[in-house]
Amino acid sequence: MHSTPSLQLTTPGSRYSARERLGLALIGVGLVALISVMFGAGAGANALSLWLTMGCITAGSAVLFSGYLKRPAGVDNNHVWFTPATARGMAGWLLGIVFTGFYVLLYWAPHNLEHLVRMTDSLSYMLRGEAADRWFLYGFFYTVAVLIMGARMILKYRGNRYQIVRTGSVMFFQLGFAFLLPGILKMLNQPEYYFSYFWPLKYDYIWPNSISYFTSASGLGVFMVFWGVVGTAVATPVLTYFFGKRWYCSWVCGCGGLAETAGDPFRHLSDKSLGAWKVERWMVHSVLVFIVLTTALLWINSAMGGGLLGALTGVLSQWYGFFIGLVFAGVIGVGFYPIMGSRVWCRFGCPMAAVLGLLQKYFSRFRITTNGGQCISCGNCSTYCEMGIDVRWYAQRGQNIVRASCVGCGMCATVCPRGVLRLENAGRKSRYNGPVLIHEDRVSVQLDDTWRANRPLMPPAQEDIPILTERDVQAMQLGGSRAI
Amino acid sequence: MMPQHVVVVGNGIAGITAARFIRKLSSARITVISAETDHFYARTALMYLYMGHMRYKEVKPYQDHFWEKNAIDLVRGYATRIDTASKRVIMGGSRAIAYDALLIATGSQSNMFGWPGQDLDGVQGLYGIPDLVTMERWTEGIVRAVVVGGGLIGIEMAEMLHARHIPVTFLVREKGYMDYLLPEEESTLIGQEIRDHGIDLRLATELGSIQSDKQGRCRAVVTTGGDEISCQFVGLTVGVRPNVDLAKASGIETNRGVVVNEYFETSAADVYAAGDCAEFNRDGIGSRRVEQLWYTGRNHGKTVARTICGLRTAYDRGVFFNSAKFFTVEYQTYGDIQARRPASVRTILWQDPAARKLLRIDYAAQGGVVRGFNALGTRLRQDVCERWILQRAKVQTVLKQLRRAHFDEELGPRPYKQLIRAYKQSEMSHA
Repeated sequence: MHSTPSLQLTTPGSRYSARERLGLALIGVGLVALISVMFGAGAGANALSLWLTMGCITAGSAVLFSGYLKRPAGVDNNHVWFTPATARGMAGWLLGIVFTGFYVLLYWAPHNLEHLVRMTDSLSYMLRGEAADRWFLYGFFYTVAVLIMGARMILKYRGNRYQIVRTGSVMFFQLGFAFLLPGILKMLNQPEYYFSYFWPLKYDYIWPNSISYFTSASGLGVFMVFWGVVGTAVATPVLTYFFGKRWYCSWVCGCGGLAETAGDPFRHLSDKSLGAWKVERWMVHSVLVFIVLTTALLWINSAMGGGLLGALTGVLSQWYGFFIGLVFAGVIGVGFYPIMGSRVWCRFGCPMAAVLGLLQKYFSRFRITTNGGQCISCGNCSTYCEMGIDVRWYAQRGQNIVRASCVGCGMCATVCPRGVLRLENAGRKSRYNGPVLIHEDRVSVQLDDTWRANRPLMPPAQEDIPILTERDVQAMQLGGSRAI
Repeated sequence: MMPQHVVVVGNGIAGITAARFIRKLSSARITVISAETDHFYARTALMYLYMGHMRYKEVKPYQDHFWEKNAIDLVRGYATRIDTASKRVIMGGSRAIAYDALLIATGSQSNMFGWPGQDLDGVQGLYGIPDLVTMERWTEGIVRAVVVGGGLIGIEMAEMLHARHIPVTFLVREKGYMDYLLPEEESTLIGQEIRDHGIDLRLATELGSIQSDKQGRCRAVVTTGGDEISCQFVGLTVGVRPNVDLAKASGIETNRGVVVNEYFETSAADVYAAGDCAEFNRDGIGSRRVEQLWYTGRNHGKTVARTICGLRTAYDRGVFFNSAKFFTVEYQTYGDIQARRPASVRTILWQDPAARKLLRIDYAAQGGVVRGFNALGTRLRQDVCERWILQRAKVQTVLKQLRRAHFDEELGPRPYKQLIRAYKQSEMSHA
């Protein structure tokens, strides 16, 4: 009998416990209530609506996710590919449409969200001393999503200290730096500023008009400009040298924060093909080039007193803001979570990720270390890499993973069933260790001329990885095993 | 001498590793024959398919374009016989493939020990994709499953069924889970882990027979003690044996496996055998005469590739290592840890039963040279452990340098102080 290679296992019936059903029901009630509010229900009792809807959703999530505590701590990915919501089934597409639809309303038809905005007025007055607008509503929903799904993440990965601390960090930065602090600044009549975003992600923070705006505001405004320049010019290279781009992408950044929490159920949907990697490199670096050029032009223009571009300045920045800031980062980046995975924006579009990636690849101590010859090629690491890195390709040949796109979420190491992977910051010499399985050095050290002459027959499919250098070979012939 | 055409029978880890390394070493034509699947897949990941962690696409270690790009021809079909005189592999039908060098890498088959009822519907082992297809069919909507055999596949099968919310009774012949390989503490810890997942673990219990219903489907198992356990599925996971059918049909010397020397050469000229199906013709080549691990398959494949390409290389097992995962508990072992420690060997043991973590270091009572490591729920660095063992490092040195072997996640707890305390206690008790 020939078994079918496109093995499609049947979907086992979902078995929701009473607890899970209760949780889902509460969340459902909260969502229905939210939609009712959107259409004008409870317009006279905005504060009550807010607390009721959010209360239902939070309580429902608590009931639902406490199910994790019923199971022993460990990797909990059962049924991920059987569940329609997480396997691009009907529920997944529906979720995608809802997420995308929200962004479409937010950007292009905000009057539809008017009632929801009013619902958050009381909170906005409390925090910022003024009425809510659609961006406050968006920030509020965003923060709630990061906090609730962050709590879920901590419960799910409670056996892993790295995941707990990292998730706590993105929750802290979203709540404190991206939600509370900007609100408080507003209350104090200061410019609204997000201390957790830097150029080129927050592309206008070092543009001439922003800088003149901030510096004209007050003493705090000058500090904001200082903070932004230091963040881009000093913190970015220095922290990336020591810790890799993860210090930002999976510990601080708000986009990353949402991806690491609300996006966690969808991380396996990223495309791992070689083709996707090629598209990624072209795309993300093109965005970077564009934003660098735009910024440079704006400064030249500003130095020339507007003589270079004239009215074009505004057009250029508006177009970038529209296509990259709105369409790419929002609609596709978040709306397509259930279809393309949680890091579409970070992988294909974010210029900050591009800068950090270049630094990480060529000027950093960070790597994912492969533990000798322990890999069993099972594929969990590649599957659960949200950035679409084929981690197994490296791991199964005993090679460390040094990739520009890696955001250091640590999930490959977490889901690995054999303890093969570890995120590390260590000496740069040991970073690229060549594709030789440690255990087999004694077999592969005798690299003779035949081996070398014939090597081109095996083109490294992922071409930027150095195969063995002459020095590697000499070291192996001398020692037989490498230094730690 | 470099062969013109190398034929590999079997696309498992041994056969595929050999094919890949032959490609690195030569420009020979390479053909890989498999009856099971079109492409190489990770057998170790079968459980994750059934549990829904991955799809078939994800358990293929190389994307499909890899094979054409590297000029490795894949043939789907069943090799029935090797004509060693005319150097041809006879396929089903009248097809034949000529070879200059042939590698038999046909892997293993699940053991069956002649139990009454072992051929009933709903009774099976777990080795490959076909088994997964039948398991999918037999376990749909069932009320209880029984898994027989306390090895690595048995516990995987129990976890698979558990993930599908199917209650499992797990029959283990030994007094402790895998206590023929694991010291008592390890065995006990894993037994607790199994029970924590709600598995009905029955130690010191053997299968007597499997009962049939009217349709020829299993309805219950009866233990040798006479207990009857109602079930609709029986997993028989009592080890695997080398698949020697092809070699036997071709007049190549077989014993338990296809008999080979340290160069993986069989009794027939230009015919090699490697991986699970091979059996060394004397002790001392591998860690055992038949090595049936993923890692050994890979090592066999890499070594035999050199020999096939004219760089005759003897197999060197090196420092033993293996790994597994028992439900949520990872396991790594390096060097030589014996289940029953002789008096000449002492041990340092640290464990945190609540967190399901355990670390053991065995060392010689005389001189203190370290012999091996067992890690449960904590990860050790292979190259460091291996080097300590190769360099005959003393236990004091290892304890002092233990941080170098640390491989748990960053920010995670480190048990070193406790381990040093355990060592002092161990030494005091022997003083």
